[in-house]
Amino acid sequence: MVLGEGHQRFIQTMMIRGIVNEQEAKTLHHHCCEVHKEHYVADKLEEFIQVVNSKLESLNMKIRTRASEDDGMPCYALVNTANNQLTRMSSDYADNELELFRRTMDLIMSSDDGTASSTDILNSADSLQTRKLTMSAAECLLKRLVSDDWLVEKQGDYSLSTRCVMDMEPFIRTMYDDEQVKVCAVCHCLAFKCQICANPLCTVKIHNPCAEKYFKKKPVQRCPGCSELWPNKVTECRQSVSQRQR
Amino acid sequence: MTQRKSSGKRTSTAVEEEEDDSRFTQPTTSQVQKGMEKLTKAQIDEKTTELVQYILMKDQKKIPVKRADIVKNVLKEYKNVFQEIMNRAQQRLEQVFGFKVVEIDAKNHVYILINKLEPAEGSEMISGNPKTGLLFVILSLVYMKGGVVPEALVWNTLKKMKVDLGERHPEFGDVKKLVTDEFVRQRYLEYTKVPHTEPVKYNFTWGQRAEVEVSKHKILQFLGELHSQDPQRWSQQYKDASSQRSSRAPQPSTSSQR
Repeated sequence: MVLGEGHQRFIQTMMIRGIVNEQEAKTLHHHCCEVHKEHYVADKLEEFIQVVNSKLESLNMKIRTRASEDDGMPCYALVNTANNQLTRMSSDYADNELELFRRTMDLIMSSDDGTASSTDILNSADSLQTRKLTMSAAECLLKRLVSDDWLVEKQGDYSLSTRCVMDMEPFIRTMYDDEQVKVCAVCHCLAFKCQICANPLCTVKIHNPCAEKYFKKKPVQRCPGCSELWPNKVTECRQSVSQRQR
Repeated sequence: MTQRKSSGKRTSTAVEEEEDDSRFTQPTTSQVQKGMEKLTKAQIDEKTTELVQYILMKDQKKIPVKRADIVKNVLKEYKNVFQEIMNRAQQRLEQVFGFKVVEIDAKNHVYILINKLEPAEGSEMISGNPKTGLLFVILSLVYMKGGVVPEALVWNTLKKMKVDLGERHPEFGDVKKLVTDEFVRQRYLEYTKVPHTEPVKYNFTWGQRAEVEVSKHKILQFLGELHSQDPQRWSQQYKDASSQRSSRAPQPSTSSQR
């Protein structure tokens, strides 16, 4: 099976954009089919992407999807599936910059909430093994990492962007041990911002939007792993009105 | 005495300058074949994939790809089978991404990717690059002035559009750097010294990438829209553009008319 021009245009645009949300992906799907007068069926975005992925697979590339940890809405990104992400970044960043990024990832992975404070990151800049980074160079680097969409910054704390997680997932799962690699018990994807079980012996973690879905119809919230009462407040993440959980 | 256009010495690309290609001698077809026989399918596929990704990565930054760099960074010990791997990579780039590999420098073996897909209305909004608009204005200006334009005219034109060299532009930053460095490195423009000028003056002409990538018809269309006129009114440029269209290799396309 050969890819049509509509598929090719979709791939080219995804390469430029990096990451798109669900609505943008749907619009792009429509646009690509229209421009090349190819058969378009609304709501068949997944099938369209599957066709694209069948050809990208042998090139170690894929259009992946991941739900945002904030609102549960899916995003799409064109990523590499081979385990050489940092090698790819090396064409854009110097070796000591990559090292600082790696240290930032280490801090994030060993945190409870998937963040690293700018203070901690900037302190690491002083003890890099490759070459020191000055404070201002490190701050500049952090700004670049945010604008290149590897990191997200909120009130001085840095976390991995959705696109970064999609891109680096094979790397993360390989390079960090099981304790640090948190996975959501409901959707089984990597979890950074998540709720944890009150039971200290239980390792269950659940994304906020996943928790909302999971506990929606349950009168009593219990941990899917150990059945302890789930104490975390399950708030509404979406616009739709849902019952407030106690 | 005519001055040769200095396309060889480019001091700004010092970062990319690697070993030159002259030491790489092309193996014969049978040598390539023998070389391929020694490789397993998995090895061939792996190198093809690496080469595809390398070329895509360079192209995203609009940096032309040199054969010497490919051999050094990707093929390494597989350099004997360069042509075979390159052919496979070109095929994947065409079939999967809709990109065509074009050699813009046959002596030094430098390649760029051009888009087989026509630019579509609305694409700029979806891919969102305002620099393209600026580039297009300059390319149009050069084209309409017969192919060469003194830099002063370009700066004046931009100034009329509120893009001032002297000020840092909110969208483009250092405009002079963007136009004389980035667009030149990407081979969209050429910025050449006018001989015997004091102080030194420069001219702009279309670069090699613009020659293969930008259809002159599109330029006329763009200008026609700007001035709400029929492109046929500019008869000389229209003739020139029509001859470019017929001399281009026919491209396979599903739609009936370009």
